[in-house]
Amino acid sequence: MKTSSIVSVPKINITYIFCYKMKSKLWLFKRLYSQQLPPSPKICIVGAGPAGFYAAQHLLKKIQDVQVDMYERLPVPFGLVRFGVAPDHPEVKNVINTFTKTAENPKLRFLGNMTLGADVSLEVLKKAYHIVLLSYGSEECNQLEIPGEEFKNCINAKRVVGWYNGIPKDRNLEMDLSGENVVILGQGNVAIDVARILLKSVDELRKTDITSYALEALQKSKVKRVYLVGRRGPLQAAFTIKELREVLKLPSCSTIWRKEDFTDVEKHIPKLKRPRKRITELMLQSVNENKVVEGQKEFRPVFYRAPSRIEGYNKNKVYMKAIVLCKTILEGDTDHIHKMRAISTEDEESIDCSLVIPSIGYKAVPADTDIPFDHNKGIVMNQHYKVKKGLYVCGWLGTGPRGVILNTMNGAFEAAEVILKDISEGHLTNEPKGGFEEVKKGLNNQVVEWKDWLKIDKVEQEEGAKLGKPREKITDLAEMLKVAAS
Amino acid sequence: MALTSALQQSRTILRNVGQNYLKNNVRIFSVSPPVPNKKEVQVTFIKANGEKIKAKGKVGDSLLDVVVNNNIDLDGFGACEGTLTCSTCHLIFKKEDYDALPEKLTDEELDMLDLAYDLTDTSR
Repeated sequence: MKTSSIVSVPKINITYIFCYKMKSKLWLFKRLYSQQLPPSPKICIVGAGPAGFYAAQHLLKKIQDVQVDMYERLPVPFGLVRFGVAPDHPEVKNVINTFTKTAENPKLRFLGNMTLGADVSLEVLKKAYHIVLLSYGSEECNQLEIPGEEFKNCINAKRVVGWYNGIPKDRNLEMDLSGENVVILGQGNVAIDVARILLKSVDELRKTDITSYALEALQKSKVKRVYLVGRRGPLQAAFTIKELREVLKLPSCSTIWRKEDFTDVEKHIPKLKRPRKRITELMLQSVNENKVVEGQKEFRPVFYRAPSRIEGYNKNKVYMKAIVLCKTILEGDTDHIHKMRAISTEDEESIDCSLVIPSIGYKAVPADTDIPFDHNKGIVMNQHYKVKKGLYVCGWLGTGPRGVILNTMNGAFEAAEVILKDISEGHLTNEPKGGFEEVKKGLNNQVVEWKDWLKIDKVEQEEGAKLGKPREKITDLAEMLKVAAS
Repeated sequence: MALTSALQQSRTILRNVGQNYLKNNVRIFSVSPPVPNKKEVQVTFIKANGEKIKAKGKVGDSLLDVVVNNNIDLDGFGACEGTLTCSTCHLIFKKEDYDALPEKLTDEELDMLDLAYDLTDTSR
């Protein structure tokens, strides 16, 4: 599209010099002759997840002469595609092939094991690059802020996901799976993923890239019932239909709904839009099939309940007994059902359980004190991806954690377009910048380049093959670095 | 979404929604000339800005194959590589072409379409 010709500043300008009518482009001549040719843009992307890779892909496609350096805190790339996507969703991870193609572009340099705010500061990056794009995601869990949250077996879903997917800092998570009942708070797709992993047969999981220690723990698991608790009703459920259908189809698992949650649901169906209508119909159909089957595990969605406190034996707060929930009612405009809010009442009930997994969203954190940050929303402050001159944000770091890969991709492309536009206006690339060569001077840690990641990748795949899995992830940072340096 | 002879003489509107559809709508038309005895179909993709891209595909190819094999310049598609687990490929057909497609929609395909931007009644 048009942008490409505008943005390829140096080349096109030279063409202009010789073939453009002098009159119409006089100002351009003046600029070109009065100073040196603008240097090719040096762009730095912080965070090698989907947002960073999609932005890089777009920038590399649209600018001919560019250097894109992608900094990543971990020695391994792909962010949530590696560490978030459930192990039993290998197809979703196919996007890694596209990212790998991007990474193999000679104009892109992967720089792993580089932490913004620790190994390198934003100030240094700003000095070394014309453009800095932050895309390091959301990593802090929202807190429940209820009594009993400090129980050892109240573990955030993000950590559970990190544990089964092999995030180095979550690999030693101690999760007691010896009880029958688990309560997951929240009804998004992360909540469903966690429920499914707890309910799925271990023999199915064995063929995935789930970490071996997680597999071993799940094999010993005594979990029989997983509750999925939401504050609002079926019409506001946050999970998507694909994830719901998948759990409904789980072998050796029955889905048991609470019929009373669906009292008023049917009458709303005619006015719902297609996506919401289909998921609601699927739920209603499943409600009619409610049946406890002897010997099967149970998936139990619960609506209109908010967590109030977790109870148990006080000694070390280790032994959890139950979670107390309070009933909620919805408030707001019934014509905008999805915007209605849950208000807690004093009516309480409890569910016996020995493990509570809050899955109520994430917040980003400011990796560097110089990042303009909105602590309420947990995002980097930005106006349509732009933070300030030369500084941009995309992905969940700028929007908050929502949407599927399609949304992240769109956002990253849009952010890249904003950057392209700003480059084309010529204010960003006036002076030459040192790029990584300059950053390197102040570094004293091991940098993991793409070729080093390929070594890790190879070892992981080889180890996986021995076990009949696509890969056995290395989960220890030191080991990753050792393989990378081999 | 395999290309079939039913498509050979018909027109197809496809839309790639790997971009913000409000701004960068990509519409893709397929105007296939009659190609008797040849198992090749011509597809013309029309982007939102009106740009047309012509490409050829073999009968039996998926339209994703056509895009990939011809290295067609669309932004963002095929994240899951045609395994029906993302919604980055979204095609919009003319009603008659939609009706003529031999493979009917499964629940799983509809589930993914429900996440796509600008969903229509003739989306695949």
